[in-house]
Order: sequence, then structure tokens, then C-alpha cells
Amino acid sequence: MKHGCGPFFFGGTQMATYDWFFNALGLRDWCDAGTSEAPMSMADLLAETGNAVEEPFYAIPFPSLDALNEACGQITQTRDVVKGLEEGFLAIRPALRAILDPITQPLSWMLDGTLYLFTQAPWFLIMAMLLLVTWYATRSVSVMLFNAFCLSFFAFVDHFEPAMETLAVILVCTVISAIFGIPIGIAMSKSNRLQRMVIPVLDLLQTLPTFVYLIPLIFLFPIGESRLYGIAITLYAIVPIIRLTDLGIRLVDQDVIEAGNAFGMNARQKLSKVELPLALPNIMAGLNQTIMMSLAMVVIASMVTAPGLGVLVLRGIRNLELGVGLMAGICIVLLAVMLDRTSKAALSRIDRAKSKTS
Amino acid sequence: MLKNTPKVKLRGLFKIFGADDKSVLPHVQNGMSKEELLEKHKHVLGLQSIDVDMQAGEITVVMGLSGSGKSTLIRHLNRLIEPTAGEIVVDGEDVTQLSQADLRTLRQEKMSMVFQKFALLPHRTVQQNAAMSLDVRGMDKETQDTEARKWLERVGLGGYEDHYPSQLSGGMQQRVGIARALTANTDIMLMDEAFSALDPLIRTDMQDLLLELQLELKKTIIFITHDLDEALKLADHLVILKDGAVVQQGEPQGILLNPADPYIEDFVSDINRARVLRIRSITNPLKSKKFSGDVDADDNLESLIALSEGDTALTYRVMSDGEPIGELNMRDLVKALVPRISSTQAA
Ligand SMILES: Nc1ncnc2c1ncn2[C@@H]1O[C@H](COP(=O)(O)OP(=O)(O)OP(=O)(O)O)[C@@H](O)[C@H]1O
Ligand SMILES: [Mg+2]
Repeated sequence: MKHGCGPFFFGGTQMATYDWFFNALGLRDWCDAGTSEAPMSMADLLAETGNAVEEPFYAIPFPSLDALNEACGQITQTRDVVKGLEEGFLAIRPALRAILDPITQPLSWMLDGTLYLFTQAPWFLIMAMLLLVTWYATRSVSVMLFNAFCLSFFAFVDHFEPAMETLAVILVCTVISAIFGIPIGIAMSKSNRLQRMVIPVLDLLQTLPTFVYLIPLIFLFPIGESRLYGIAITLYAIVPIIRLTDLGIRLVDQDVIEAGNAFGMNARQKLSKVELPLALPNIMAGLNQTIMMSLAMVVIASMVTAPGLGVLVLRGIRNLELGVGLMAGICIVLLAVMLDRTSKAALSRIDRAKSKTS
Repeated sequence: MLKNTPKVKLRGLFKIFGADDKSVLPHVQNGMSKEELLEKHKHVLGLQSIDVDMQAGEITVVMGLSGSGKSTLIRHLNRLIEPTAGEIVVDGEDVTQLSQADLRTLRQEKMSMVFQKFALLPHRTVQQNAAMSLDVRGMDKETQDTEARKWLERVGLGGYEDHYPSQLSGGMQQRVGIARALTANTDIMLMDEAFSALDPLIRTDMQDLLLELQLELKKTIIFITHDLDEALKLADHLVILKDGAVVQQGEPQGILLNPADPYIEDFVSDINRARVLRIRSITNPLKSKKFSGDVDADDNLESLIALSEGDTALTYRVMSDGEPIGELNMRDLVKALVPRISSTQAA
């Protein structure tokens, strides 16, 4: 704050660093017209009380909003801009909510319903169901044994419920990601323009530190509603499935597509009979990544009330309860390996089916 | 044979690859070369002023070196490539005027295609692949199965119905490709270097299979190849392309005996003429009274050389379907065996 005090003195009057700029432009009168209303900055106060430290000549402040305000009262201070941002956001919030509320309401229902199911159903039913799904997806005994071991471990150390909560959230977010991601990916593969428009957004979603988009979400959706974290997780996890659907369809052998055309397929037939089946391995690889990113995000999203193992990790951090955090961490690792191995095994089963060598 | 209503008729067909093909067309029509067009206007000349008639029930072979525009030409018939200018008339109907829906119908019902790299669906069984065209047309499962089975049997793949393409050898995969085209039950079959990816023995087998099927089915086949032996074996009508233009077309024996320019002479110079040329092609009108013997018009010259034991003094009577159609002096035969040297080379 101290750089607000300029080192230059003219005829006994203290001047701000950038006075010359506005003088040169002949804007002095316009500037002074606004001076009286401008609230005093901390530096002004310091200068007035005579406590200002004499600064060396090279301490020229960057022409920031605050420094310019010093020289010309018409320029807004940074704190006002921050306030403006907030007010602007709050002003459009009702409109945004009016649109987003009904659209996202089903997400809350899905999350709440699935969470209810996964936490209220008896443990043996859930285990049986999960193992059945594993078998159906992978047809692999080893993966099934591993999953059985992990699930039993969760139950054995009394972490079954939080683990199932985490799994429920991942499940819902993955399904949502697939429902939206695959069609978006298909559309992107069909239109270069759309692809050029969407890719920067995907890059942004993937590179932004996740906290950054938690902020607007917190203001948009009442904290405590499950869609808040549902949206945060989905935004993060939907990226790979979009990318790989787009890529997969673009990589489909052009000769086979030409054959489809030559035999008179229409666009829909080409999509369902040629492009999607041939792109399936890539799409499944995208799904695998989407699942893994959901898991990463559901832990972070426990800061905005996402239930599950992340809450325990958070407790470990907040209260320095090392053991609680470590145990939750072990469970997360096991869950991650479980999800990864299951989805990879399902993927390789598809690859095998494609090039059967029985 | 009556040849006045060709099954497929190409008239003044031009294709220029590039963003602004219509506007550079006049340059090409005024005789700008492929190189000049690429250099000055950054457009690639694909085809120029193609006029070809393809007769029903015949095999029309399009031949040319790599990059001469063969694939481009065959893809115009079902409009996988849009022409820059010209007419493509199939059964009296201009394909260039068809709507997208009509075009799909044409592709489903009038033309089927066999591809150099087979282009089978890897996730479908052999039988499902063969039934592809019927599936596209929305036929019931039963028809699909019986038709696909029938044609797979016909191309010698009975028993492989439930295999996947990747489990078959190249030759067998191309049999699936042919079965797929036959199952479509179209009058016209387009074959783009259908046998080029196969090794020589399998290739000969496939050529024999095609000729045998053709004897019975009498389809209108447009066959692309860069191999002269294959072209001569299969062709009823031979079209030779160079830089996107037709340099010569006609009956293959005629082209062999009277190549129109050095490019074609080059092409035909190193084939075994005695084996390829037929007696019919060099038969003269009947003049003599006495003959050393009768020969069949469709035999090749090699067999006659063997018969005459190299005696150039002999004259044979040429028979076709039991009727004498002319005579052949062995000296004329020997002349026909010498590849014609072009005037430019001789000068
Ligand atoms: N989509 C395209 N864009 C630009 N130029 C093309 C395109 N397709 C083909 N060409 C050009 O058109 C010319 C003819 O190509 P085409 O594929 O028809 O040759 P081809 O006779 O089938 O050769 P090959 O024996 O190698 O298959 C070539 O010069 C090629 O570069
Ligand atoms: Mg080609």
C-alpha cells in the first residue's frame, strides 16, 4: 500500500506518480471533478498523519488502478472493481438460477436416490449386486475376486458406508458424463467448427484448478444440495469422454466408412453400424478416465459437502487426526484400483470381441 | 451384340480437387496440364473430359498407372465423389441430378462395390458382413441369412459364416467382400483394385472365380486394375487412363495390336503377346482354297505356333462355332507378335 505515496514534490504540493500523465492529456479538470468523492486510500491516510516513509526514487508503482486513482479521482480503485464483480454476479444470479435450477434438479434427485440406495440397502445385497455387475462387465474371475476382497476390506474396517457413498456419487456422475459427453463427442467429430469451439472449453475445464470453479457454483446453488458437488464433479470428469469419443470416431477406418456409403447407409446407420462400434474401444478408454477423474474430484468436493471417504480425509486434515486420514486414504486407493481394473477389464473384453481369435 | 444402349454412360466428365473447382474448370477445358494447374491454381486435376460407355453384361476394365485417376473415376459412378462437370447416366438416369435419398436408393439397389482393402466390418461375423446391404435396406433377418449363406457358399466360404473377418486370410476376406456385393443383388458391380492386395496365386483364383460367376450372372462389372495381364484376362472393354484422361479405349486385342500412343506401347511391350492375342483378332478374309488345317478363332496364337511347329509357310482356316470365318497365314501371325514401335521412337 505504501507505493501510493509518490516521491515527487512540486512547489511544496505532494503529487501522485502519474499526475503528469493526466496533465499531459489535459484531463486534470475532469480528474479533479471526481476527487472529492473518492474514498481515501490507506496510503493517503498514512501520508496525512505524517507517518509516510520516504521512499527511494526507483519505487515507482505500477500504473495499477489504485495508483492511477491516486493521480485522478475518476479512476476506480481495485476494491470497487472487485465489489462490482460480486454485485454483477449477484445481479445475474436470480436469472441464472431460474434457468439452472429446474435443469439441474434431476441431478440432485439422482444423487440423493442413489446415495439412499447404496447406504440403506443391506451390505450383502450391495456386495452381491456390485460383484454381479463386475462379472457381467468383465467376465474375469481375478477381477471379481479382487473386487470381493476390496469390498470386504471396506466392511471389515467399518468404512463400507463412506466407500459406498463415494461409489454412488462416482456412479451417478459417470452416467451423467456419458449421457452428455458421448453425444457432444459425436457432434464434435462431425463438425470441425464445433470441435474448434469446444476444445478450448475442455482445455479450460481440465487445466483450471478445481477450486476455481467451485466458487461460482457455491453462489449458484445452495450449499448442502447434492447437485452442487454433482456439477463440480461432472464438469471435471466429462472432459475425457468427450475427447475420446470425438477422437475415436475421427479415427474410424475411412475405407469402412466408404463401404458404408457405397452400400447406401444413411447418417444414422453409419453412426450406429460403423462409427460407434469401431470407436467403442476409444470411448471405453474415455469412460475409464472419466471414472478415475470422478473419484479424484469426489474427494476434493467433500469440501462442498460431497459425502463419502473424502469427508474422512478432510477430517484428518482439519483435526490432524492422522489415522483417520490414512485409513480413508487406503480405502480411496483400493477403490481407485478396483474401478480402474474393472473398467480396463471391460475395455479389453470389447477389444477381444472385436478381433476374436477363438 | 447390340451396343446402342449402354448401361452406364459417362459424358464430358471432369473432376478437379480443390476448394474452387468450378472456377478453374475453364482453364482445364482450354487444355491446361495437370502440373500447370497445380502450380498456378493449387488445384489437382483428377479427371478430364471422360467419355466412356459401359455395356450391360460386360466387364469394363479401367487401367492406368498409380495416380492416373482410376479410383476417382469409379467413385463417380455412385457419386462417392462429386463431379466438377459432366454427366453420369445409369440406365438412362443422370446420377448427378439425384437427391441424397435417391442416391442412397441407387447405391443400395443398383450398384455394389468391392474394395482393395476389403473394408469389412471387423465387429460383425462373415455372414453379417455378407448380409450388410440387406441389413441397410431393412430386410428381415431370415432373408438376410438365406441370401448371405447362399452367396457365401457360392464364393467358396461355406462353413465360415460365424467367423470374424480377422480370422480369415486376405483371399478369404475378399471372397466375403465379393459375397457382400453379390448379396446386394445389383446389376452393376464396382471393383476397385479388388485383387491387388492378394498374392499372385490367390489372385489368379479370384480372377477365375469372377469370370465363372460372370458367365452365369452377366453383371455389368467395372473393374479397376493397374495390372495389364489382369486387365487382358478380364476385359471385354478396356479403358486406359493417363493423368485423368482416357488415352485409348476399346476391345483389348485391338489396343494390343494398335496402341494409340507411346504410353500404351510401353504398357503392352513386355507382355507375352502369343499367349494373350487370339486368332480372331488377326484373322484375314477367306481367299485361299487349300488349308493346312482348321483352328478355332478363340484359341491364342501360342497354340497355333505349337500346331504349325514353327512353319511360317502354312495357312490355316479359322473357324468359329463350326463356321469358317476367315484364314490366317503364319507370316501374318509372326508380324502380330512384334510389338509395334511408335513413329516417334523410330524417328
Ligand atoms: N481428395 C483428393 N484431394 C486432392 N487430390 C486427390 C484426392 N483424391 C485423389 N486426388 C488426386 O487425384 C489423382 C488421382 O487419384 P486416384 O486415387 O484416382 O488415382 P488411382 O489411379 O486410383 O491411383 P492408385 O493406383 O494409386 O490407386 C491423384 O493425383 C491424387 O493425388
Ligand atoms: Mg486407386
